Amino acid sequence: MNEGLFPNIDWQDIIEATNETLYMTGISVVATFVLGILLGLVLFLTSKDNVWENRTINFIISAFVNIFRSIPFIILIVLLIPFTKAIVHTMIGENAALPALIIGAAPFYARLVEIGLREIDKGVIEAAKSMGARTGTIIWKVLLPESMPALVSGITVTAIALVGYTAMAGVIGAGGLGNLAYLDGYQRNHNDVTLVATIIILIIVFILQFIGDFVTSKLDKR
Amino acid sequence: MITLSKVSKIFRASGEAIQAVDDVNLSINQGEIFGVIGYSGAGKSTLIRMLNGLETPTEGSVVVAEHNISKIKGAMLRKARQEISMIFQHFNLLWSRTVHENISFPLEIAGMPKNERDARVKELINLVGLEGRGNAYPSQLSGGQKQRVGIARALANDPKVLLCDEATSALDPQTTDSILELLVDINKRLGLTIVLITHEMHVIRKICHRVAVMESGRIVELGPVLDVFRNPAQQITKRFVRQVTEPEATKEAIVHLAERYPEGKVIQLTFVGESTENPLIANLIRNFDLDVNIVQGKISQTQNGSYGTLYIHIDGKNDEITRALEYIEKQQVGVEVIDNE
Ligand SMILES: Nc1ncnc2c1ncn2[C@@H]1O[C@H](COP(=O)(O)OP(=O)(O)OP(=O)(O)O)[C@@H](O)[C@H]1O
Ligand SMILES: [Mg+2]
Repeated sequence: MNEGLFPNIDWQDIIEATNETLYMTGISVVATFVLGILLGLVLFLTSKDNVWENRTINFIISAFVNIFRSIPFIILIVLLIPFTKAIVHTMIGENAALPALIIGAAPFYARLVEIGLREIDKGVIEAAKSMGARTGTIIWKVLLPESMPALVSGITVTAIALVGYTAMAGVIGAGGLGNLAYLDGYQRNHNDVTLVATIIILIIVFILQFIGDFVTSKLDKR
Repeated sequence: MITLSKVSKIFRASGEAIQAVDDVNLSINQGEIFGVIGYSGAGKSTLIRMLNGLETPTEGSVVVAEHNISKIKGAMLRKARQEISMIFQHFNLLWSRTVHENISFPLEIAGMPKNERDARVKELINLVGLEGRGNAYPSQLSGGQKQRVGIARALANDPKVLLCDEATSALDPQTTDSILELLVDINKRLGLTIVLITHEMHVIRKICHRVAVMESGRIVELGPVLDVFRNPAQQITKRFVRQVTEPEATKEAIVHLAERYPEGKVIQLTFVGESTENPLIANLIRNFDLDVNIVQGKISQTQNGSYGTLYIHIDGKNDEITRALEYIEKQQVGVEVIDNE
């Protein structure tokens, strides 16, 4: 196996690195989905002419989201080192990457959620109100179901970005395919390792895109 | 059932104050179909939205089905809203839900258990004539069918009042008629009070018992539909009444037409209420030595009688014509001779 096309590849390492990448992506996608929807809902509901209209809260969340969305991810990791150390107690391994991944992706996704919610017909929300629905019912039975295709296509885009972020996080020690490609592929000049890592990342991205598109089209009854 | 006293609504948008509703006093009876007509921007939507608390009046009080809508808030208001349903111009259905699930939504809000909900939804689907479409999504329905879903959804919790904001304005004339018939049917069967707003006199004529005419936030005229049709007091009301009573041609065209009859006279007959049922034309031909031609006409049915205009041409000896005119006047029919000079 080690001869031929891929002389430097240790498939055991590859599998391990793939698992680490999938682990980091999976956990951060789930956390981003929940956190992003929460932030997006607050952004939407506190905006003008909405149920919880509140300029102060809207301004603060909006500013927070904009700032964290604008910081380049590699800088964000560095900025968050003290925070990460405080909660994960290490800078090495997959878990060390999670805070930066989530804090980098959730604000981005929150904006996508807010855009999706704003696309809901105001009349439908009004109809629910006119039936005597409480705000919780409107959130669970109108806002989330009616914006679900946008929420799913948004999380697909975000998940793909997160795969890229995990690779970057790998470079500074977080493990995964990025880490393998950097340490083994680049630093030891094993181009075949870099190539295999790239192909696996591409496959992951294609699968995510396919699942996202499929679910979105199933959900969209418009 | 509905009482508005001294209701005003002022919107403040970017430093500017817009008086959308201006000192409206109104009382609507139980079981009545009440129409509000007015041009765009007259304040109709604002008025009807104050009836279910989607808008709060700046001044005055709104009482609907014994709920003081303008005062109550929170749980009380939500409870009251289950008795005051609304249907909309653009239907406002949830596209992510099937017809069945859309109609089920207000029942979920009211906390009805699942098995009871399903039975009730089936009943409602039959009531509005959508048998077999329960599993369709709104995007698979026509406009008229969507509004039927809207109506079924609105009736789900046995409301006392149904508010209709331009409910037929997005529909073609045939579909409009079928939806209006459904509303009349519901009104008769369930004794529901209906308030509807529109800019089409046709809708008022077809189903309303009483009508209010709105202009710049005020109610400028109010009365039983037939009375308003018979004696429109305001200029704006006359314009609306003309939408449905005047034949396609204008008066000028009729005068022009009269010139084609150098002999005899062209007469405009205005029918109001029961008199339309009298065989007036037959009597004219039978009892007078005259030739009678029908030139043009339009008779409209309202919920409490007919209203219409008929142009006829009569020819014969002058004193015979005079006698005929006297006879027509005795029949409670408005007569006007159109000059053909
Ligand atoms: N939320 C709002 N903020 C500011 N102005 C408003 C608001 N809603 C309505 N208006 C204004 O109030 C006036 C009456 O509006 P309304 O929607 O009640 O009219 P309408 O009779 O229903 O018209 P249409 O037939 O076009 O629906 C208009 O001048 C409108 O611009
Ligand atoms: Mg309106």
